[in-house]
Amino acid sequence: MNQASGSSIPGPHDIVRHVLDNGIVVLVRENHQSPTVVVDGLLTASALHDSDETAGLAALTASGLMRGAGARTSAEIYEAIESVGADLAFSAHRHSTGFGGDCLVEDMDLLLEIMRDALLEPTFPEDQVDILRGQAITALNIQEHDTGYLAMRALRKLVYPSGHPYGRPVRGVADTVKGLSRDHLVDFHRKNYNPEGAVISVVGDVDTNTVISKLDGLFGSWKSEPGAIGEVQVDLPEVSTKKVEKALVVPGKTQTDVALGYVGPSRKATDFLAARLANTVLGVFGLMGRLGANVRDKQGLAYYAYSQVAGGRGPGPWYVRAGVNPNNVPRAIESILYEIERMEQDFVPDEELEENKNYLIGSRPLALETNSGVAGVMLYMEVEDLGLDYMLRYPDLIRDISKLEVQNAARRYLDSAKYALATAGPSLE
Amino acid sequence: MDQVIHTRLDNGLTVVVQEMHHAPVAAAWVFYRVGSRNEVPGITGISHWTEHMMFKGTPTFPNEIMNRAISRVGGQWNAYTFFDFTAYNETVPADEIDLCLNLEADRMVNSLFDVDEVLAERTVIISERQGSENHPPFLIAEEVRAAAFRVHPYHHMVIGDMADLENMSQDDLLAHYQCFYHPGNAIVVVTGDVDGNAIVERVRKQFESIPERPLPPAVVRQEPPQRGERRVQVHGEGETDYLYASYRAPNAVHADFFALAVLMSSMLGSGAMGLLQGTSSNKSSRLYKALVEKELAAGVGGGLIPMVDPTLFTIAAPARSGVPLEKLERALDDTIAKLRNDSPVTQAELDSAKKRARASFAFSSESVTDRGFWLGFSELVAGSYQWFFRYLEELERVTLDDIARVSETYLDPSQRTIGWYVANSQSALEVEA
Repeated sequence: MNQASGSSIPGPHDIVRHVLDNGIVVLVRENHQSPTVVVDGLLTASALHDSDETAGLAALTASGLMRGAGARTSAEIYEAIESVGADLAFSAHRHSTGFGGDCLVEDMDLLLEIMRDALLEPTFPEDQVDILRGQAITALNIQEHDTGYLAMRALRKLVYPSGHPYGRPVRGVADTVKGLSRDHLVDFHRKNYNPEGAVISVVGDVDTNTVISKLDGLFGSWKSEPGAIGEVQVDLPEVSTKKVEKALVVPGKTQTDVALGYVGPSRKATDFLAARLANTVLGVFGLMGRLGANVRDKQGLAYYAYSQVAGGRGPGPWYVRAGVNPNNVPRAIESILYEIERMEQDFVPDEELEENKNYLIGSRPLALETNSGVAGVMLYMEVEDLGLDYMLRYPDLIRDISKLEVQNAARRYLDSAKYALATAGPSLE
Repeated sequence: MDQVIHTRLDNGLTVVVQEMHHAPVAAAWVFYRVGSRNEVPGITGISHWTEHMMFKGTPTFPNEIMNRAISRVGGQWNAYTFFDFTAYNETVPADEIDLCLNLEADRMVNSLFDVDEVLAERTVIISERQGSENHPPFLIAEEVRAAAFRVHPYHHMVIGDMADLENMSQDDLLAHYQCFYHPGNAIVVVTGDVDGNAIVERVRKQFESIPERPLPPAVVRQEPPQRGERRVQVHGEGETDYLYASYRAPNAVHADFFALAVLMSSMLGSGAMGLLQGTSSNKSSRLYKALVEKELAAGVGGGLIPMVDPTLFTIAAPARSGVPLEKLERALDDTIAKLRNDSPVTQAELDSAKKRARASFAFSSESVTDRGFWLGFSELVAGSYQWFFRYLEELERVTLDDIARVSETYLDPSQRTIGWYVANSQSALEVEA
């Protein structure tokens, strides 16, 4: 048999980590299976640098980076990228601004040069900022009628205390975005786009040394501006001690979106993997775990019911989502709480726990099949400080989790009596 | 590139296998030649509902066993119902591929269709339809499709009409399953880190005992010629109007398909070429420049999907706040008129379409799941898996004259259906519980 070896799991044996003089971490892994290359990276500039009044600024800034940069206009940038079948995009998240692209390896220099210009020398032309702002407002108006979005936005506001940055939508709301001008974008870029904390991950049909020297040439002399702001840290908010609910009536809709959640663990929490395993049991495994089996399969109450533990740099939410016929909302919530209570009260039976562990371990090669999957994991290992051998250690880390640790994680973060609940859907009258 | 093995078992099952050794994973796909195209009024949506029932178990893999079988080895599984086909996929660590073949062979003929499960699934599927109805683009796409196809079963959406979802019975579902789920109506595809010849033998072992059955009836209700533009409107909630234009397009094996794909690429970007639709941006496309850069639309998308029968290509755009749909539609008309008259597709646009397709192909070799999909899709929709591999060659043959000809033929306003979604602005209300 001509089989691939287990060494296809990326680790210190085949990832080169190189730090540029200005602190940018470069990770490279060669893969010569296809003539392509993927670049994935991030900066610490993020939506945490927004205020309540400027919510959406980090997102608008990121979306403006390709609308004119260096010597190129917006039209020239997109023509150059799209005409060779490449992709390049920038987007702001809660803790970072991500950037990434892919192309045939013959076009890598072009991709990296435009990436460099966009990050370091965006021009933010006034007319392009006007177009972007208008597009963003239309997109937000559409979301104001999207029951899934509304339920999640309301849930975040309920889960996090007033004023906590996690309660704020990354893309802002129409009222804040309306007030954002070119000056805001220029200022945000000057203060928050820095090499400190930046990571660039490259995977594909490349020569490692060539990539490193190319990136050094493009990014090595990048320095922070005076007065630059670094990464923003977020405190763990007090876990909610009461039940809070909000229902949004959206006229003309036929389905209700339900979001029920809690403050969850950050990736750095010692019980993060136990929480992830608990979440897999609750709302992932098979056809969406115990929630899918009960709410969808057994009772037919919803097209989807699942749970997710966000993790990440700070205490992201741990939440359950379901799309339910409006008349079935109370029954669906009751069933969700029943399954949460089971996670708190009872050990997960040995066989079920074993199957869920096998799922988490066995699915690892699937996520690492493509260059973009590998580039993403390399970035994750670096940013979360997990060590480049994390994917190699991962099976043992999962196997070592006990049923008591799973139950403790469920008890620490979930509570069938105290939770935040948001629904968005049609009126029942 | 490893060779593709293509064979047919005695019971009519088509088998396609391609070895790919870049990662220790493998994908199994089973494509059935049944989708909403094979449905008649009264049972619209039945193909999709049948797909849901295929996850409800067999005597060998009861519901709770089946739901865990793939996950417990670390695999992913899913299924998709489309107009032309229903497809089932498992992607697993390569040494578990036999489990997928075992499960698929079993549920090809032994699915239970228990009456209680059918009833429980009715509300799930109605909920799925209601979820789609929450989105204006679904509502306008459904009306445009119904107006564009008066006779052909592409008339209705894959999810089906609510009246049929409320009234279909267990007997209807069972009859549909028995008519369409058998070896002669199916294609098994395996891709990944496997030995190709050994896999053909594994497929033979798992499937060859399933008896051959008569092929299902052919779809004969072809759409008659369209005699003039059609227009529909949907009024509904929201703050955003949508323009949704569809034009008639040939099927996947028609001589004009590839020239039309290049035309789509220049109008809407490489994602509109009907192959390997990715997330590629389309900001250098003609319609983006004419509609979005001019601040008339917040975005523009659509394109051409290869289909068994003559189909539609679509152009969809949410209007920017305050822009009347008349104005947006006029800008679309102007762009199309220019393409057909004084500003046809250029050599640079043609070259770029070819380059973009080449890049898409290179990326497609990274994922065994994607590759398996395209092999099965091509075999079913275009009659041969080779359609996928010939795509680049066919594109190379396209000339500017071909594109001018298809612009004239397929961008004819008399052959289109225009849909407007007109929003009546009502905002969400907060109700404290």
